[in-house]
Order: sequence, then structure tokens, then C-alpha cells
Amino acid sequence: MSNEAVLHTPSSYAVHDDHAHDHHHHETFITKYVFSQDHKMISKQFLITGMVWALIGGLLSVLFRLQLGYPDSKFPWLQDLLGKFWVEDGRITAQAYYALVTTHGTVLIFFVLTAGLSGTFANFLIPLQIGARDMASPFMNMLSYWFFFAASCVMFSSLFVETGPFSGGWTAYPPLSALGQASPGSKTGMDLWLISMALFVVSTLLGGLNYVATVLNMRTKGMSMTRLPLTIWALFFTAVLGILTFPVLFSGFILLIFDRNFGTSFYLSDLYVNGTVLPNEGGSAILYQHLFWFLAHPEVYIVMLPAMGMVSEILSINSRKPIFGYIAMVGSLFAITCLSLLVWAHHMFVTGLNPFLGSIFVLFTLLIAVPSAIKVFNWLTTLWRGNIRFTPAMMFAIGFVSLFISGGLTGIWLGNSALDIHLHDTYFNIAHFHLVMGVASFFGMFAGVYHWYPKMYGRQLNNTLAYIHFWVTMIGAYLIFWPMHYEGLAGMPRRYYDYSIWESFKQFAELNRFISTVVIIVFATQFLFLFNFFYSIFKGRKATNPNPWGANTLEWTTPIHPGHGNWPGEIPEVHRWAYDYGKDDREFIPQTEPVGANESHH
Amino acid sequence: MMTAVRSNQPKKLHPHKFTLWVAMGSICMMFAALTSAYIVKRNQGIWEDVSFPKMFYYSTVVIIISSITIHIALKAFKARERNRYKFFITLTVFLGVLFALLQWIGFKELTNSGIKLLGAGSNAAASFLVVIIGLHTLHVLGGIIALIVAFFRAFSKKTINYNTTSIEIVATYWHFVDLLWIYLFIFLAWIK
Repeated sequence: MSNEAVLHTPSSYAVHDDHAHDHHHHETFITKYVFSQDHKMISKQFLITGMVWALIGGLLSVLFRLQLGYPDSKFPWLQDLLGKFWVEDGRITAQAYYALVTTHGTVLIFFVLTAGLSGTFANFLIPLQIGARDMASPFMNMLSYWFFFAASCVMFSSLFVETGPFSGGWTAYPPLSALGQASPGSKTGMDLWLISMALFVVSTLLGGLNYVATVLNMRTKGMSMTRLPLTIWALFFTAVLGILTFPVLFSGFILLIFDRNFGTSFYLSDLYVNGTVLPNEGGSAILYQHLFWFLAHPEVYIVMLPAMGMVSEILSINSRKPIFGYIAMVGSLFAITCLSLLVWAHHMFVTGLNPFLGSIFVLFTLLIAVPSAIKVFNWLTTLWRGNIRFTPAMMFAIGFVSLFISGGLTGIWLGNSALDIHLHDTYFNIAHFHLVMGVASFFGMFAGVYHWYPKMYGRQLNNTLAYIHFWVTMIGAYLIFWPMHYEGLAGMPRRYYDYSIWESFKQFAELNRFISTVVIIVFATQFLFLFNFFYSIFKGRKATNPNPWGANTLEWTTPIHPGHGNWPGEIPEVHRWAYDYGKDDREFIPQTEPVGANESHH
Repeated sequence: MMTAVRSNQPKKLHPHKFTLWVAMGSICMMFAALTSAYIVKRNQGIWEDVSFPKMFYYSTVVIIISSITIHIALKAFKARERNRYKFFITLTVFLGVLFALLQWIGFKELTNSGIKLLGAGSNAAASFLVVIIGLHTLHVLGGIIALIVAFFRAFSKKTINYNTTSIEIVATYWHFVDLLWIYLFIFLAWIK
């Protein structure tokens, strides 16, 4: 196998030795748990770092929801806890509010739903499901994590800066992001934000290169592209999107750094700040938006696609039915990948964009509804008359489909440049993207964790806690974001500090309080998951069956605790696609089983 | 083990080489973004045309020659002509450093002719040259580091390596930064 030739580190595993496990004892703590080059360990590092960030990002949202839901209340205890920058006179300060919103967005989109989601599952599933010992370059893979870790440290440190973290929105539009004197958060906080994001881009690229090279080059014998599980297809397209778009964001950042630190005028023109005239002339803030959204729109698919892939897999396994329309699923993933590169300007309809250009972007945007609808249809038809097992992973997968539909439909509204005049920058928009991309991807991530946990840790999670976690999060997500549609339709703008001073939005005071209360409950419920996750690593029910869900894919042919190299003996050969469920009166037929002489065709 | 294992596989690209190709695609996207930003910005007015310094013509010649020398070096390596390989890999390192130096002198030439590249009063047209050419030079410097590693390996007395993969990767990357420069040169000098 060519991939064995690449992994010429005979010390870490012995391929031809059936007792490979016994040779692991000389691995030190550092090489096994810290600077590990084993894709499974790296994926757990991504997952746990992502969970820490999800906790921080979620906590930030609880804090700013406190301000939105209880604008008149005072929280002196919060002041004791967080200090004067964040809370003054018992109220979250305006500066802190903007910092909270900005950091919440940055952290959740990039650190949790990009690194935490595709970092975890691309690392974990790609080698295991395609039948490879490890990634194309395990060393680069390790670097990818450590760049992410460095990015995390820098971003985290920005929370403790005297002038606060960056506060100009996660999109970091200039001039707020380019001029230190524009706001307190634009000073050191923005410098740290940029350094952190630059490190993050490097991490994503190192990871993405590896994922693509691994999927295309290191599949085991018999694993043709059309036999790949849909998870791999989704993770592959995710990586391709990242490789194509993150460099563009990087270019945008480089120009931003020059504007910030070297006095150039790429984005800046004719500015007065605090009474002084700036010398910058001729720059265009819209240029940044083009570069930013060229990444940031595909970014929402970078966040979505891994969830879609995992959900397809989990729905099929737990319906005990083949996935409906495998090729259509792959085709629609491909279509979404291509279209997502052509729609970025729908984030810029109201920037003075040429209406003719706008109408082209409307067309492409609405076209995405077609592959999305194909996917939804195929998920529903996979469930249809299935022999459904409601495992926690399955619950979250079905929840994903529900949230994807609810959030996706409002995308059709927002994709219209005419409707966008009214709806842009309102709570309608917040509701839309949180449902379709935020919570839905979180559900994909939860589904993935619940499903592959036995493979990751060799133990089972507690089901009762998982079901409580599911129902509270599911109902909570709708209770939080559904009412926001009404607020947005009434024209309530996003990112405002205090709505109680607006006559038009006073009517929403109680609704806002209701939303904030649900946010606190849902946030608290996530601790059930955290407890379940960490407790079960050490004390969970031991997995006794190497294939607890009766799945076909290759990862379940490894031992319960696979070593570095995944299979103790030869890498298994693949003889069929991944979705032979309920075929010829057999519940499932693993991919490793040769096609029988009198087997029916699918 | 490597050759024995690889021989019964159909001819497949080495994963590291493949990774390099994908990485080069990624770098292309970065420069595509910058050059399209250049076009967008230029069409928005307040744009002072900057005359392209002569020195960049010389550096173009240098980097094209270096592409030829690394190609000869690679051929020599495959033919196991150690001394020829040593000579040409050294020459390539030298030409690479010369290229970076010429780029630096080119910018000196620009500032000497009174064009403000950065800072207050600078025009985006000139600043773009710094960003685009500077970023390209950084990629060349990355290639030089790889070349220097190859250089030390070539002159190492302890081990003699006959595996062509790493030198092939360096050569491919070197041709890539060369082609990238030719694109940028044509774009910045003629198309603008």
C-alpha cells in the first residue's frame, strides 16, 4: 500500500505484526497525548479544544442575552466576577456588549464549527472510513492542530486585554477594524484578532491539504470514489472549499494589516475620526467585503457540509435502509460546493451594489435551494418506511434535518435582493443563519459525537442524559430563534445594545426576556452533555461490540481500541458501497464482504 | 520496503507531491484574490499609475534561468551525477537569492524616483506592488529554504540519498514560483 510507504515510522506501529498493540508501551505521554501524529488523537484534540471554545462562545452569548433580555436589571455580582470593563454599575457596558457579540461570532464560526467540527471528524473519519493507516502527512496534521491551538491562545488572550477584545463584528469590516483610534476594541484586541485568524487560516489550510490528499490518494484496495461513504464526500468537499477560499480571506487580511500598520489606503478613504482628518485617500471598504465574503459565504458550507455528510450516514444506518439517491447526494454536494463560490455578494445587496450584478447573485443564491432540496428529499425518503432506531445520534440527525428545513426556507427570502432591503441586518437574518448553519451544524456535531463516541473512546455515552440534552436543545433552539423572525420582520435591527429606548421595539421587551431565559436554560443543559462526555471517557459503559450500531463502514472493522495504524493486520479490502442495509434479508452487509454469486443488484 | 511495496500499485502520485499540487492551487487562489482586488481597486479612481522598475525585468530573467538550472539539477540527480547535481543546485540557490535581492533593489528604485509605497500619502497602486511582489518574494524565500536543505543534503558526507521525491517536490515548487512570477510580471507590467 502506498500509504504505508509514506508512514515510514516503524516505531509507532508494526504493520505486519498481529500484536501491534503490544509495541505501543514505549510511546511517551508527550508523543501519545500532546504532540501526537495519530489522526485519532489529533481529532480528539480538535474536539476537546472545540468544546472548550463552544463553552466560552456560548457563555458570551448568555452574557449579551442578559443585556438584551434584562436591560433594566443590575447584576452587581457579575461586576465582581468580570470587572469594570465588562460590567459597570451592574450593567454590561456597551463596549463589552459589542466585544461579546464579535467574539461570540468569531469563536463559534471559526473555532467551533470549522476547527471543532471538520477538524474533529475529517481527522477521525477520513483515514478510518477510506481504509488508511493515517493521513497523507501526519506531521502536517499535527502542525494543523498546533496552529489552531496557537490561534486559540491568542484569541483567548484578547479577552483579557485592557481595551477589550475586538468589537467591530465578526466580519471585521474596515474602518472599524483598520483604525486603532476608531474604538477601544480596535486597538490591541484587533491586533490579536488578526494574528489569531492568520494562524487559524494556516491551520485550516494545513488540515485541508491533508484531507484532500488523503481522500484522493490513500484509499484502500477496492475503495473507489463511488464506494465512499457520504461523510467522506462531504468532508472532501469541505476541504476543497477551505483550500479555495481561505487564501482569499488571507489576502484580504494582508491588505487589512497593511492599512492598520503601514498606513496604506486599500480600504480607507476620506475619514474623520474624533475630529482629525486622516490622510488616507482612495481606498474602498467594499473591496474588503468582496474579499471577506468570498471566503465567508463558502464558510457557511464549510460549516454545513460535514454535518450533512454525517447526518446522511447516521440516518441510513439507523433507518436500516440504504441512503436514498447516493449519486444525487454526491451530486448535490458538488453543486452546493460550486454554487457557494458564486454567491458571496448576496451579503452585500445593500452596499450600493449594481442592481444588475445583484440580480445575478440572486439567481445563483436561489439556485442553491435546488441541491439543498434534493438533500432534504433524500433524507426524508431514507427515513420513509425505515426500521428506525432512535439512538441519540439519530435524534440529533433528525433534528438537523428539521432545523435545516426551517432555517433554509428563510434563506429563500433573504436571497431576494428586494426583500433584503427590508430584512438585511435584522433579527430575521440572525434567526435564519443561526437555525440553518449554527444550530443545525451543532446538531450534526452532536450526532457525530454520539455516534462515533464508542469508536473514539471504546465506551458508550449515557443515553438518558443524551435524550434530555436532545429535547431541551431542540425545543430550546426553536424557542430562541423562531420569535426572532417576528422581531426581524418588524424591522428590529441586529447588533444594537439596548432596544428599550426605541418606541417601535418596546413591544418586544417581554419576548426578548423570554428568549434570554431560554438561552440560559439551553446553555445550562449543555453541561449535561459535557458531563456525559468527560465522565464516560473514564467511567462509561465499556463497548463490547466492535460494531455497536451494525454499520457497514470500515471504521467498525478496527479493534475497539485501535492503535496508531488503525488495523493490527492488513488493511481490509472493500468490495461494495457503504449502504447495503436490509438487502437480501440481511440487516447489514459490511463493505469488506465480497459480493456473493447470487446476490441481487442494488 | 518502499520500492517493493510501491511496485505492485498502479502508478500513483506520491501523496506528498499531490499535497504540493493542492497547496499550489491554494497559493494561486491567494494571488488571484490580490490581482482581482487590484483590478477592482484600479477601476474605482484615485489611482496613480506607477512605472514598472527596470530591475524587475532583470529579476524575471534571473528566475527563468534558475528554473532551467534546477531542471538540470534534477536530471543530474536522477542520472546520479553527483557533482553536476551539486553544481547546479548551488547555482539555483545563488540565483534565487539574487532574484530576491533584485526585487529589493527594484523597490529601492521606485522609492528613489519619488513614489511613496507605504504610509501617509501613499497610493494603493504602489502599495499593491509591495503587497503582491512582497508576498511572492516570501514564497520564493520559502523555496530558497527548501533549496538550502537540499543543498546541505547534497554536500552531506554521512548519507547519500537516492530518493528523488523530495528534490522533485522542491523543483516543482520552484517552477511554480517562477510561473507565478511570470504571471504577476505580465499582469503588473503590461495588463495592469
